[in-house]
Amino acid sequence: MKINKHIAVSDSGFVFNPVTGESFTANPMGIEIIEMLKQERTIAEIHETLLQKYHTEHTTIEKDVADFFELLKNFSLIDRHETTEN
Amino acid sequence: MKRPKIRIGVTGLNAIDNPGPGVPVIRGLLEASSFDAHIIGLAYESLEPGIYMHDLVAKTYQIPYPSSGADQLMDRLAYIHEKERLDVIIPNFDAELFSFIKLAPKLKAMGIHTFLPTLDQFEERLKVNLPEFGKKYGMHVPKSESIYQVSDHKKHMDELGWPVVVKGKYYDAGIAYNSEQLAGYFNKISAKWGLPIILQEFAHGTEFNVTGLGDGYGNTISAVPMRKQYITDKGKAWGGIAITDEKLLKLTRHFIKETKWRGAFELELMKNKKGEFFLLEINPRIPAWVYLAVGVGQNIPEAYVNLAMGKAVQPFESFESGKMFVRYSWDMIVNLSDFEKISTTGEL
Repeated sequence: MKINKHIAVSDSGFVFNPVTGESFTANPMGIEIIEMLKQERTIAEIHETLLQKYHTEHTTIEKDVADFFELLKNFSLIDRHETTEN
Repeated sequence: MKRPKIRIGVTGLNAIDNPGPGVPVIRGLLEASSFDAHIIGLAYESLEPGIYMHDLVAKTYQIPYPSSGADQLMDRLAYIHEKERLDVIIPNFDAELFSFIKLAPKLKAMGIHTFLPTLDQFEERLKVNLPEFGKKYGMHVPKSESIYQVSDHKKHMDELGWPVVVKGKYYDAGIAYNSEQLAGYFNKISAKWGLPIILQEFAHGTEFNVTGLGDGYGNTISAVPMRKQYITDKGKAWGGIAITDEKLLKLTRHFIKETKWRGAFELELMKNKKGEFFLLEINPRIPAWVYLAVGVGQNIPEAYVNLAMGKAVQPFESFESGKMFVRYSWDMIVNLSDFEKISTTGEL
């Protein structure tokens, strides 16, 4: 899964889509996930990194990340036709 | 190199809550690198704020309302020209454009240049003609019908559905959810702007605008799309951001190429959930938010004047996206003597 190439993300978590003019604010966890997407990390890798860092259950991480991806898709920040399996 | 001085008459000095484009146009002109602009204001009312902005406007003259007819306007412009030797006039109101288009050859003979759409282009894009315009040029437009009596709406509502947008032929609009509201808007808008009233299918989605400039041969000189971020109760943008939607830019280039649009314009569009754009209106003039285009690198007023003067103008190839404008109001302190002068002599 790739973050839309036009999207600008600042260190502070300000996310700007220059195509639609929309802007969003991501929390620290959101920034971390977006950063990993920008580095083209796979979903499994993202899960693993978060699991190691936050010492929580795998199902919780999986659910939270899936919810976040859904948000990103709804806001056209990642390609709509991409799926969480990529 | 010394820049040539160009004397430019500008209308639309009403920098109010429903602002005319005059003041931002002047700001663009004063920032032009290719000429030194000397601005003459052309105002209808003595309280148009631009009249009193002496750092922007060298002198202002009152001109007659469009309803007075083209002859009266011509007489007044001839008087102003005698005093000011105007090189260019930029009319900024929809309602005055018809007169200026009609007068353009006479003005040119006097040495005053304009860069306006042709009468055909002007009329073809009128709100009442928009459905045909959409068909002719292959652009999505919402369904619309013109009515001359309130009761006429009934025969169109099955097709248009509720809510419906009630529009004046030049300005003003309201969204009506039932016949009572529709009648209210009909009466209010027609009292101010006359008939017909246009009923337009309500398009759901996000509103986008594009301002640009066509050279009259189908070439795009400028195009800058904007998304409104803050909208006033009059539906005017109080804040907006330049965006880079390629689909919007393509649509704009298509509009200019197909119509061979001459002059400045603003497209008002709605993007639905499927990502399709519907053309709501074409304003045949520079919009009040044009200073955003100047701020992102496309000085439309400057290019407009150069085209009017018959100079070759290279199309702008890019602009800086992600820049915003935020409008603000500003109280000027004005001497009563200034107000007295413009009110009694029609000049300041």
